[in-house]
Amino acid sequence: MNERPDAVLTEQAQDGRSGPHGTRLLHGWYSTGGRADLAEHLGRYGPPPLPPGRRPAIGLVQAVEEAGLTGRGGAAFPTGRKLRSVAARRGPAVVVANGMESEPASRKDEVLLDLAPHLVLDGAALAASAVGAAAVHLCLPRTRADQVHRLAAAVEERSRAGLDRVPVLVHALPHHYVSSEETSLVHWLNGGEARPTATPPRPFEKGVDGRPTLVDNVETLAHLALIARYGPQWFRGAGRPDAPGTTLVTLSGAVRAPGVYEIALGTQLGSALDTAGGAAEPLQAILVGGFFGSWLPAAGAAAVPFTRPDLAAAGAGPGAGVLVALAQDACGLAETARVLDYLAGQSARQCGPCTFGLPAVAEDFVQLAWGRADAALIERLHRRTGQLPGRGACRHPDGAARLAATALHAFAEDVHRHLAGGPCAAAGRPAVLPVPDTRSPESEGWR
Amino acid sequence: MTRTHRLGIDRIACDGRGLCAELLPELIALDEWGYPILHDTAVSEALLTHARRAVAACPVLALRLERATRD
Ligand SMILES: Cc1cc2nc3c(=O)[nH]c(=O)nc-3n(C[C@H](O)[C@H](O)[C@H](O)COP(=O)(O)O)c2cc1C
Ligand code: SF4
Repeated sequence: MNERPDAVLTEQAQDGRSGPHGTRLLHGWYSTGGRADLAEHLGRYGPPPLPPGRRPAIGLVQAVEEAGLTGRGGAAFPTGRKLRSVAARRGPAVVVANGMESEPASRKDEVLLDLAPHLVLDGAALAASAVGAAAVHLCLPRTRADQVHRLAAAVEERSRAGLDRVPVLVHALPHHYVSSEETSLVHWLNGGEARPTATPPRPFEKGVDGRPTLVDNVETLAHLALIARYGPQWFRGAGRPDAPGTTLVTLSGAVRAPGVYEIALGTQLGSALDTAGGAAEPLQAILVGGFFGSWLPAAGAAAVPFTRPDLAAAGAGPGAGVLVALAQDACGLAETARVLDYLAGQSARQCGPCTFGLPAVAEDFVQLAWGRADAALIERLHRRTGQLPGRGACRHPDGAARLAATALHAFAEDVHRHLAGGPCAAAGRPAVLPVPDTRSPESEGWR
Repeated sequence: MTRTHRLGIDRIACDGRGLCAELLPELIALDEWGYPILHDTAVSEALLTHARRAVAACPVLALRLERATRD
């Protein structure tokens, strides 16, 4: 990954605060090629600039608001606004760092926690100051046991160095798709199952131990750690005024050098794929966001800037920063059918529309991809996917419905072909999207 | 500023008995599995009594009516 088009990055390495290609979170990696241990981290950044006192540090909240940082866990909600609502509640708060990364096509949180663990831990400690929290909980998937051990050791090392003011607890949770949703984390931390709970109350009102709770993605916290050091103006030096900063993306599928990269917000999807060496074959579509994301036809997608408003206008969202390039000769319907089947299996089976609707949509997609489909099936799919959004305790059904609906649109020609002549030759090819071969959450347990 | 009321459903508690759709068909329909679809969450003054009745009739207390302030 030496030759990368980086014209989109408005700020280069000169200030010493950014690495090659304008990287920020991956600066250390680009400089050394290895994991940053505590000594190296302190050498580059110094200790986290924790504001004095136990009361919420409103100055830091303000800096994050001015920076325009948005959440990198999926919903792209303004982080400053979230900090402010937690800080405004009475009594000590709690910070939960979401490092679960249940999205199978995403690797960015794993990579970030591996390469720059102390940036995330700084961010968590600083967020705790910002909202007046008395504890930090770092949630990691049980399936990444090595990472859990490394992070626990990193926390231990920081505590010996006297870096953190509040206790940081590292937890290993079940790794199901909906176990990383914020109410699932809170419920698990309170001794329950890692399944979503009904809201209200939302975590910011009443979360861990009944306290106001800030749940943030680990990448969001790492950006916060840099904003606390370098200020909002520096943060806004990359990206666009209405979508400032950089973001981690996981690029995979038909690209030459799949992996995790850092791009400026506002980078066009085509240029984003170029950071991974560009398309390895002619493309037909790009999956944007993740398994709960959207299929966009490749031709129109290449010029869409990676920002929440631009993606929304194209019918997508940044999600977990996932971009999967689908080659011309793959079968988008078969890819989608496999993912829907997985998502249906991952339902927490608590809400009727999700319990019954997801398997029904998945089954119709399986018929469409590999079996016999008729026009009634298409009509049924449109109706069912239209009825799913907003009808679960969590947004799991919304995500699955979106994937299905955008597939019908992006692969409209294939739909006609499958309806007329049955499965295409490509339907039998090996899968492009990495659908985990997991047992059902029920058999593995939610606790 | 007017006071309005808003309907909400606890989707985990709801087990699809369907009484709400019978008592408040103006705002609630059922999907093919018997689970409610809200046409609109805002409850007009005219429907308030019916909405209260539907909330009270839900055997699992999944339907709720919240006061909301709107500009
Ligand atoms: C089904 C589902 C799965 C989710 N999985 C994750 C996840 O793996 N990691 C994550 O950070 N957020 C995940 N989220 C979003 C979280 O609920 C929450 O919004 C997020 O952690 C907030 O952090 P942010 O504001 O920094 O993005 C998921 C949401 C849903 C509905
Ligand atoms: S919508 Fe689905 S995954 Fe979410 S809480 Fe309800 S049953 Fe569980």
